[in-house]
Amino acid sequence: MTRSLTMDEPDERNRLDAMAQGVIGKPLDRPEGPLKVSGSATYAAEYRYKIPGCVEGVLVTATIARGEVTLLDESSVRDLPGFIAVISDERMIARPAQGGAGESPVRKVREVQYYGQPIALVVAETFEQARHAAKHLKVEYREEPDALVDPADERATFEPFEDPTIQGDLEGSMRQAAHAVDVIYTTEGHNSAAMEPHASIAQWDGETLTLYSSLQMLRFNRKELADALGIEPEKVHLLSPYVGGGFGSKLGISPEGVAAAVAAIRLGRPVRVVMLRQQVFQCVMRRSETRQRLRLAADAEGRLIGFGHEAWVSNLPEEEFAEPVLQASEFLYPGENRVLDLQLARVHRVTAGSVRAPGEAVGMQALEAAMDELAEASGIDPVELRLRNIPERHPSEDIPYSSRKLEECLRSGAERFGWDKGPRRPCQRREGEWWIGSGMATATRVHNLNEAHARVTLRGDGTAEVASDMTDIGTGTYAVLGQIAAEMLGLDPAAVDVKLGDTAFPPGSGSGGSWGASSTGSAVFEACEGIREELARKLGCAEAGLTLKDGHAVSGNRKVPLADLLEGRDVEEIGHFKPGKIAEAFAAAMYGAFFTEVAVNAYSGEVRIRRFTGAFSLGRVLNEKTATSQCMGGMVWGIGSALTEDLVFDPRDGHIVNPDLAEYHLPVNLDVPHLDVLLVEERDPAGSPLQSKGVGELGICGAAGAIANAIYNACGVRPRSFPITPDKLLPGLPEV
Amino acid sequence: MPLTINGTDHDFTGDPRTTLLDFLREDCGLTGTKKGCDHGQCGACTVLVNGQRINSCLTLAVMHEGDEVTTIEDFGTAEELHPLQAAFVRHDGYQCGYCTPGQICSAKAMLDEAASGWASFVSEDLSAPGRLTPEEIRERMSGNLCRCGAYSNIVDAITEVLEAGR
Repeated sequence: MTRSLTMDEPDERNRLDAMAQGVIGKPLDRPEGPLKVSGSATYAAEYRYKIPGCVEGVLVTATIARGEVTLLDESSVRDLPGFIAVISDERMIARPAQGGAGESPVRKVREVQYYGQPIALVVAETFEQARHAAKHLKVEYREEPDALVDPADERATFEPFEDPTIQGDLEGSMRQAAHAVDVIYTTEGHNSAAMEPHASIAQWDGETLTLYSSLQMLRFNRKELADALGIEPEKVHLLSPYVGGGFGSKLGISPEGVAAAVAAIRLGRPVRVVMLRQQVFQCVMRRSETRQRLRLAADAEGRLIGFGHEAWVSNLPEEEFAEPVLQASEFLYPGENRVLDLQLARVHRVTAGSVRAPGEAVGMQALEAAMDELAEASGIDPVELRLRNIPERHPSEDIPYSSRKLEECLRSGAERFGWDKGPRRPCQRREGEWWIGSGMATATRVHNLNEAHARVTLRGDGTAEVASDMTDIGTGTYAVLGQIAAEMLGLDPAAVDVKLGDTAFPPGSGSGGSWGASSTGSAVFEACEGIREELARKLGCAEAGLTLKDGHAVSGNRKVPLADLLEGRDVEEIGHFKPGKIAEAFAAAMYGAFFTEVAVNAYSGEVRIRRFTGAFSLGRVLNEKTATSQCMGGMVWGIGSALTEDLVFDPRDGHIVNPDLAEYHLPVNLDVPHLDVLLVEERDPAGSPLQSKGVGELGICGAAGAIANAIYNACGVRPRSFPITPDKLLPGLPEV
Repeated sequence: MPLTINGTDHDFTGDPRTTLLDFLREDCGLTGTKKGCDHGQCGACTVLVNGQRINSCLTLAVMHEGDEVTTIEDFGTAEELHPLQAAFVRHDGYQCGYCTPGQICSAKAMLDEAASGWASFVSEDLSAPGRLTPEEIRERMSGNLCRCGAYSNIVDAITEVLEAGR
């Protein structure tokens, strides 16, 4: 049986709080944890050991920005030991699919559109042999001169990506304002840099393809792969039970998966293709660099009367994605005079796509740094300034907000951190050679939902199974789906098996956009509702009068073990969740506040984060432990975005100069102080039937702004350019 | 060429270009050791060679004649975890799990290094580094990247094991 739930209005029933098991939200350990810490969780590339006869492919990538491959000289590698084939096939893809595309990305691998584009696959018996042959394959090109690779190139033309929001008279309000800020901020390109490189193993059984791959959204990936290969989606079986991080880079299929599938069918053998770390940088996707102009006009009390946020970003030709920089600016702050305008330039650099919290990750850090400038200009405490600018209704769409605990986050975060409300001036505190300062920022991320299915089986023995092609990319899906089912069915979570990452199961929402737990979780919830009704029927009571706890069904003075009630027969339901009109009826988002203390070296400009507190409201917390960890992860990304992460592109050919983990600097353990995360109690009936919203991205949205503000407070330098590397601070550092 | 892995004798006869990491993963089926970058930049492939931690991607299998290699599979099983593994689960010192075996191998060797009096970049006194503070743990674990950002929990997990051993 399938039960559907379309969310057209807020779900005020709040069923989870009425349940009796008491496990929802509890900080339980991840059920798959023992497999992960013992090294026995199997990631995509590791199935090779179990597949006899599997051979190795290594991608060959373009060394020009634009042109055409005129020769792939197989004779240059044919005699190398172990060599099997050079494959450059019209079905292979030249770029990854964007998240949720559901269709093949651009193919045409011999038509080069960016440096690093896959152009061929070399297959050999072993990895060492394939890598060697790939390196030695002779390639000739017809190169198109003067490819436009740099958005800063004067030939680059920016065009509106969508209709801008223009309300009232922003310029007039800037002139009238008691306090105004008009500033330009820039951010550089970012790479997701998930620890597990993209990997796929393809195995054909007749016309059916099995692909072990590292992917986030299987129900879309299946269609993308089928479309690229020209087969029916039903002929594609995807397996991604464990994914070594995604952060957007595995939302869509990437070149190695299709290359493996094509090679496997041409050679009649299973083929594995694992991207080299450099290839993960060069031919998956980047977060676009941004240039952002912020205009903030405030009255004498600091209330915004004008709000302008314009952003300039880039992508490859034909891509339907532009970093949605203004996503939070649509709804976070008031100001009846508004301009929101996103402009896109087409350049020949690796595909720009979703990297953790697309939009807010970079939009919020610039906006919150500009808000700090407004706080300084107006002499209003930064926390107070934000408290004065919480709008009544969505400033452009005139719709209400759903539950919004921003004020609680600002106040509780400030208290936890020990925020000093006194007058703020930079360069007030020095400890030896270190300037010390503090800063804060608001966090927000738009709430998304996605269609999802999940199957729940209450087994005859009183245990349960949850199954969906949903993924767990480190987000805690195994834990939270099990907790939802356990709560609804009155079971110990240990009695619930959660099976994920297999297209043989009903299609879930996939992991991305922070929608996974609330969307697929709602499908699990709906399936459990059906099972509860069936149990009530068996017990002869109304569902409303049924209590399920500790493996027993209770109604009135009757208490029956589930196994007895079921008489050995399974009860199975498929829950189908659809986000309905709710998405348009409310401005729904997650909120939070960051507070940080930094030290800036007075001589070198080195920045150290000394304390970092985040207070977050995410709707209902489904598992306090995994939710806290997700928030921490976001804050770590905020540190990277603030201080070190910077894709450097060669202005001549657009190649990434730092395509590895030695030169693209992620925060390491010593860069991160003990993170202090506070989860603010919230239920959002418009968030989902679970009263939950999203967790995975909020922790990054604005985090780097808080750090930038603290750096200014410490040393009086505000570079307006992320990452804030020492070279940008040095010229302005005060004499000591 | 003989070497010992997790107490079992192995014989390496493969391609001399094979890294110790690929030998473990591809030939021995010990896939608990992860490949994150293949260039010694991320630490996911950390194993112990004769008790000391090493990036197994940066060394060739043929260079380990007679060595004793210890991988995550030797620590404990999913059913019977080593105290470090159990502490990582309890403190949620991982998310996606891909860097985790390397973190745990690194933590084990790091605790041994500190117990032997080895100093680190943040040690105040190089000749007597003293107590293993959270700051010391952070520095000594900085060769193991975690993109999920579980660092705070990793430090908590290691601290718990350290204190239990005192």
